[in-house]
Amino acid sequence: MSAVDAVPVLELKGLSKAFGGLRAVRGVSLKIMPGDRKAIIGPNGAGKTTLFNLITGILPATSGRVLLFGNDVTRWPSHRRTALGMARTFQVTSLFPRLTVLDNVLLAITGRRASKFVMWRFLSSYRDVYDKAHELLERAAFLDRKDTEVRYLSHGEQRQLEIVLGLASDPDILLLDEPAAGLSSGESAEMARFLQKLDRKMAILLIEHDMDIVFDVADDISVLHFGEVLESGTAERIRSSAKVQEIYLGTG
Amino acid sequence: MAPLRMKVLIVIAILAAAALIVPHTNPFVILLATRALAFSILVMSLDILLGFTGLASLGQAAYLGVGAYLTAILAARYQIGLGYDFWLVAALGMLGAAVLAALFGLLAIRASGVYFLMITLALGQCVWGLAYRWNSLTGGDNGINLQHRPKFGIDLADQVTFFYVVFGFFAASLLIMYTLVRSPFGRSLAGIRERELRMKILGYNTWLHKYIAFIIAGAFGGLAGVLWVHTAGIVSPENVVLTTSVDALLMAVLGGPGTLIGGVIGASVVLFIREYLSTLVHWWQYVLGGVYVLVILYLPGGLMSIPGRIRQWRAARSEAADTPNLAPARQ
Repeated sequence: MSAVDAVPVLELKGLSKAFGGLRAVRGVSLKIMPGDRKAIIGPNGAGKTTLFNLITGILPATSGRVLLFGNDVTRWPSHRRTALGMARTFQVTSLFPRLTVLDNVLLAITGRRASKFVMWRFLSSYRDVYDKAHELLERAAFLDRKDTEVRYLSHGEQRQLEIVLGLASDPDILLLDEPAAGLSSGESAEMARFLQKLDRKMAILLIEHDMDIVFDVADDISVLHFGEVLESGTAERIRSSAKVQEIYLGTG
Repeated sequence: MAPLRMKVLIVIAILAAAALIVPHTNPFVILLATRALAFSILVMSLDILLGFTGLASLGQAAYLGVGAYLTAILAARYQIGLGYDFWLVAALGMLGAAVLAALFGLLAIRASGVYFLMITLALGQCVWGLAYRWNSLTGGDNGINLQHRPKFGIDLADQVTFFYVVFGFFAASLLIMYTLVRSPFGRSLAGIRERELRMKILGYNTWLHKYIAFIIAGAFGGLAGVLWVHTAGIVSPENVVLTTSVDALLMAVLGGPGTLIGGVIGASVVLFIREYLSTLVHWWQYVLGGVYVLVILYLPGGLMSIPGRIRQWRAARSEAADTPNLAPARQ
């Protein structure tokens, strides 16, 4: 491993968030190296989405630090973190409903380009942006629906487009917030295959309830419970952990 | 995209036809058309905010006021802007309004929805208060009269010449704003309108994009003011009062928000009803009110959405036997 590779893409140091008296995230520390595939699991209300919101800057942290590629970004606004090479998807689909599939992807591509401030030239004149959009849509088998407004897509298609939008900026780390939320088991399996095919150089941090996806995609799993990391390790270790059994199955 | 190119060509053809026909009508219609074109620049500037960015501003008259008062004060006091320096004043009017928008934007852009509306309303009324109370500068309630229109090679006192000059400004504004909304920056505004949080996560500094859009809208509001004061020959607090902002907002909604060109349709319809119908019947305000209510209830996309609705209705009829159309074309 070279010296450059040794810098974690994402590192959390004692990250905490309190909403008044409720401590939603308590001193979470974790480290993600380039190409790592990590999952965070935990029961509802364990603080998983709050943790993502702290990492992406939607919520300010109460204490602790977020380091992105070695930069302390704890107080940075979301758009600057994205500019470093981070992307995320949302548990509740957050697309642009009244824009077409193509327009959605175009917005996602220009987000990290300086041309987003250009106002004297049509967006349609940017060949490179359009080529990139076509390539992304082709890879996700969306090309035939590129002119459909997103609100007319099925839920499963929208979940997939969520991920395409996350990939559009060529991130070095992708945060996936329950990509299979609301999908049927067949669609979930398809989602897992889609995620497995993604570029291995890109690190992935995944929140998921669907254990099949977690075990298929992630090499390393952390269990969050009441805002704290309860257990970390390989899939085998998590599966056999007594503590994890306890919180999921409840042994009095 | 072929349908889009078709739409643009139709709009150009209709505008060109209007430019050729209007001068051959009577002076009253020419003046009315000139006023509608000048005011529609304000309505289009508001549409950048309302239709494209999703920000309903109720203070757009403030920028019209800056352009109009600046022009009137310079002309009445210093005789500036009545010759070739008219172009300088037009630029100053835009600049002045942009500066005010840059100032107001700092306060307004942090809010959204109804809070944005209330802040812009309050700021707009501040400008009205200044126009009304600062007698020594603005002439107070009486406003400022202009003796004559600019003369530079051509004499704008001539109605037809003036109509063409205003038409030129209108066409140039439309072209610039159309390029803006189709540009990467303009598309980013549509993204902010649809889902601002996602835009932040995609790497956009949404505050800055909204702020820039707010300033650009202000600048075009200023230009509308410069032209408006020359069509009317007078500027008074009435031009800056809340009603003018509401008018602009209703015209944008009437024509069709997010279409730009809907602004000129909205402005034309409202000014026609107000100026022409009011000479015929004294209950013209009920007609105007009725038009607003009907459009908002039955045509949420404004008058500009009528062709699309007819097309959908026709398609639905012809496809009634076939499978239902689940994904209608974009309006």
